[in-house]
Amino acid sequence: MQAFYDSHWVLTFLIFFPLAGAAAAFLAGDRGARQVALWVGIVEFLVSLPLFWTFDRTGSCPQPTVRGGMSEQVSQAMQNCVAAPWIPEWGVHYRLGMDGISLFMVLLTTLLLPLMVLGSWTYIRERQKWFYAMLLALTTGVVGVFVALDMLLFYVFWEIMLIPMYFLIGIWGGRERIYAAVKFFLYTTVGSLLMLVAILYLFFKAQALFGTPTFSYFDFQQLAAGNLLSLREQGLLFLGFALAFAIKVPVFPFHTWLPHAHVQAPTAGSVILAGVLLKMGTYGFIRFALPLFPLAAASDTTIRLALVLGIVGIIYAAMVAAVQPNAKKLVAYTSVAHLGFVILGIFAFNLQGLQGALLVMIGHGLSTPMLFFLLGMLYERRHSYEIEDFGGMAASIPVFATVLVFAAMASIALPGTAGFVSEFLVLVGTFRSYPIAALIAATGVIFAAFYMLPMVQQTVFNALRSPANRDIPDLNGREIALLAPLVALILLIGVYPKPFLDRMDPAARRLADGMENARATYVAMSASMGNVASAPR
Amino acid sequence: MLAERALDLSRQSDYLWALLPEIVLSLWGMLVLMVDVFQKGNRSEPSRPIIPWLAVAGLVAAGIANAYLLGFQDTSGAGLVAVDRFRVFANFIFLLSGALAIFVSMAYLDRRGINRGEFHVLVLYAVVGMMLMAASRDLMLMFIALEVMSVSIYVLVGFDRMDPRSSEGALKYFLLGAFSSAFFLYGIALTFGAAGSTNLSVIGPTVAGALQDGNLMLLAGAALLMVGLGFKVAAVPFHVWTPDAYDGAPTPVTALMSTGVKAAAFAAFIRVFGVAFSGMYEYWSQIGFWLAALTMVVANLIALTQGSLKRMLAYSSIAHAGYLLVALLSAQTGGAAAFLFYLLVYTLMTAGAFGVLIANGSGVSERVTLEDYAGFGWRHPLLGAAFSVFLLSLAGFPLTGGFIGKLYILRAALESGLQPLAVILVMASLVSYFYYLRVIVVMYMQPARAEAAGAEPARVPAATRFAIGAAAAAVLVVFFMASWPLGWARESAASLTPRTETGLFGVNR
Repeated sequence: MQAFYDSHWVLTFLIFFPLAGAAAAFLAGDRGARQVALWVGIVEFLVSLPLFWTFDRTGSCPQPTVRGGMSEQVSQAMQNCVAAPWIPEWGVHYRLGMDGISLFMVLLTTLLLPLMVLGSWTYIRERQKWFYAMLLALTTGVVGVFVALDMLLFYVFWEIMLIPMYFLIGIWGGRERIYAAVKFFLYTTVGSLLMLVAILYLFFKAQALFGTPTFSYFDFQQLAAGNLLSLREQGLLFLGFALAFAIKVPVFPFHTWLPHAHVQAPTAGSVILAGVLLKMGTYGFIRFALPLFPLAAASDTTIRLALVLGIVGIIYAAMVAAVQPNAKKLVAYTSVAHLGFVILGIFAFNLQGLQGALLVMIGHGLSTPMLFFLLGMLYERRHSYEIEDFGGMAASIPVFATVLVFAAMASIALPGTAGFVSEFLVLVGTFRSYPIAALIAATGVIFAAFYMLPMVQQTVFNALRSPANRDIPDLNGREIALLAPLVALILLIGVYPKPFLDRMDPAARRLADGMENARATYVAMSASMGNVASAPR
Repeated sequence: MLAERALDLSRQSDYLWALLPEIVLSLWGMLVLMVDVFQKGNRSEPSRPIIPWLAVAGLVAAGIANAYLLGFQDTSGAGLVAVDRFRVFANFIFLLSGALAIFVSMAYLDRRGINRGEFHVLVLYAVVGMMLMAASRDLMLMFIALEVMSVSIYVLVGFDRMDPRSSEGALKYFLLGAFSSAFFLYGIALTFGAAGSTNLSVIGPTVAGALQDGNLMLLAGAALLMVGLGFKVAAVPFHVWTPDAYDGAPTPVTALMSTGVKAAAFAAFIRVFGVAFSGMYEYWSQIGFWLAALTMVVANLIALTQGSLKRMLAYSSIAHAGYLLVALLSAQTGGAAAFLFYLLVYTLMTAGAFGVLIANGSGVSERVTLEDYAGFGWRHPLLGAAFSVFLLSLAGFPLTGGFIGKLYILRAALESGLQPLAVILVMASLVSYFYYLRVIVVMYMQPARAEAAGAEPARVPAATRFAIGAAAAAVLVVFFMASWPLGWARESAASLTPRTETGLFGVNR
């Protein structure tokens, strides 16, 4: 058993088991698909869970790297590695690995999988075998994204998860589902193709310098580390990567696809979109855009842009959310605001900021899915997402109302919930680097109350006027079972985040140190060129 | 593996070996014709079900003969035909394209009441023409091969005599095809005048010298040859015949035209320009650059507006000619291998996509408009899935061979310093996502309409289903085991190395 968790097989299993499960769910037919999907989800989660304990903070594994045509083993701070040749003449490998950052993203995905199946249990009534097959296939792509360390493999996972998501929105979505699905697809593909061009450029660069074709993440890292990329090259390549990730996050002003996709998607689609898919964007920044092009990322232009867009995202999204009549759209905009915090934390370039960003990613991945689950449950009972249709739920369905209030508090980062710890860390980190930015961003926390509380008040506490709101059943056992783990985890992280911070600490520290160095190098470079203010990218 | 056998093409008798696949297929074509005549009672009767299978058997036999070619080594190097791995690879593509066309025609011909044995025989002879084209190392032979192929296709396009659109397409294709043949022939004449020979291996070494003397005749000849071949591969602005001919032709013929015919013309293109005229790359590449750029941009933009899937696929195949031209232009850096690889994937996905169009047709109409596909994915889960695979592969999406193929072309283009074309290729693919995706939207996300009586899709025979399924599986397999076909394509392209020292393929990777 230990051998399984020490080798890449656990990751390989987590990637491909859902795919096999998708086939099984499909074959089980419309009747049995959800049972099969549930079991697949539970097994997937249970298999992934021990990773939390077997994860070795100091773990590392040798990676074959190429220098001047010679292959040598270099130790990298990753674990569960593998590098099996896939297309050897291009240097493409099936190369996986995991560190403290990927660990939690993988665990988040596998946790949400069985919950999504439960959340769709009665929500999805049509073409069930297709639905659950798509959901499981999507998981394959998502897990793959978080552990792929070969750039082409990463790109493949990054792209293929679009297809199931596209079908989830387009087939089981709301009235304007086709528009939403196509918009989602085209938006993300535009960014991805530019990233592909950047990856190819790196490939040629590496091939020319190292003498061997390679797509390895570690080899690409050597390019910037060895000063083999000019500042201008770094800037353009960073732009290619950053655009793809910024669309995915989504950073303001690339967020316009998100409200449509969220509102039209079925509950499970919204859950995985908010819970995991958006994090693929911020994960991309942390894993690829920053370490591959540290100087470009640490340039004045980039930092200013990131801070401004992050803050604008926080404030603007909060204001737009406050006037949404549609509850689901409101929650969608809160995602934009929360991910603005992540961007701030990442570009603070210090340990607190980065840890905070990672923790926001986890916390948001728990609280927002919870809100979407709750809204889905409400929709099943009332067939509406319009806030004005609701009222007085505290009287008619008290359990639901309690959980909704809790989820809303978690979303506005009340102390004791994961949101508080994480946003606090982000603000501390940002304050250390950019006090003004932190001050402005802190108002976002107040704005969160400004949009979330009226929604809660209207839904839960207003007078119970409509009879349609009176005669509805409260949460059943299945629904409570799927919400309970989320509540527990939000509280756990809110009260005792140490086990989580500990595990992500080495990876975060490495990146933060690297970026701090890069920033220092950049400042020194600009100073030697005589103009810090208008330094070239 | 067979032991290498030396072939000396200065001896007439050795041509029997060098042309083995073509000879086998020609004889087999006559056999099929005879069997067809004696099998049926009178003229108006449809041909027997055995005929298509017999034709496929002929293609298989030619395939075996083709594999046999691998065992030969051409020692003279100056014959009319080339015996190299490039030809063998290209031949397999032609045979595959012919076989797919015959498989998907099984349901179609009966439905349209045009089940005649001649159809299959003409497909076989068209394939013979294609194989000769890829083989020819002499411009005269290339011209004859072009005509053998084209004349068979002219007839096939107009095979559905009672359908005015079929006749219209045939007439247009014939007139413009004859026109382009004239260009090609005139180009041969001028080239002969400049180089003193029609043999490509003789022309090759003289090119550089002739250019230094400022030989305009050679330039004019090359330009005319490019126009002639440009017509056949349907590059913009020589593409105007394509949509009408593709749309009017019986769909299996469209599948054959957009795969085999195009592949053959491209194979000739690479023999003439990639090898023989490689010494004047800087001249013809300028025209080629604009051909490729225009083809990619224009075809993709027009494809956006098509309401008929058959026309949409016609424009998509024009767009793919643009991608293949990019591969050709970067032939000195692995582009030839990228070209062969893409051709293989392209044949599978395009023929497969046309196969699905046939599967959705009914006796009354072809049912190729977008609306006819509403709910198709739910009615025919397997065909719908296969169609999705083909469309995604045409768009160049990961998990499909089309992705690897496009990546290969991009890599070759960037290595040759053709960055503008690489950027256009990426942008064009992005545009193409939209119209390929739209089909998937309609197939899965729009409710099916109520069908008019008698318009229900006809039953799809198992052989057609099998061919479509096999093509879809192959498109996926090419992605997951890319290494194997990639290596094969690279070895085959490497065999193109001309004997001249100035050859561009010397640095093939």
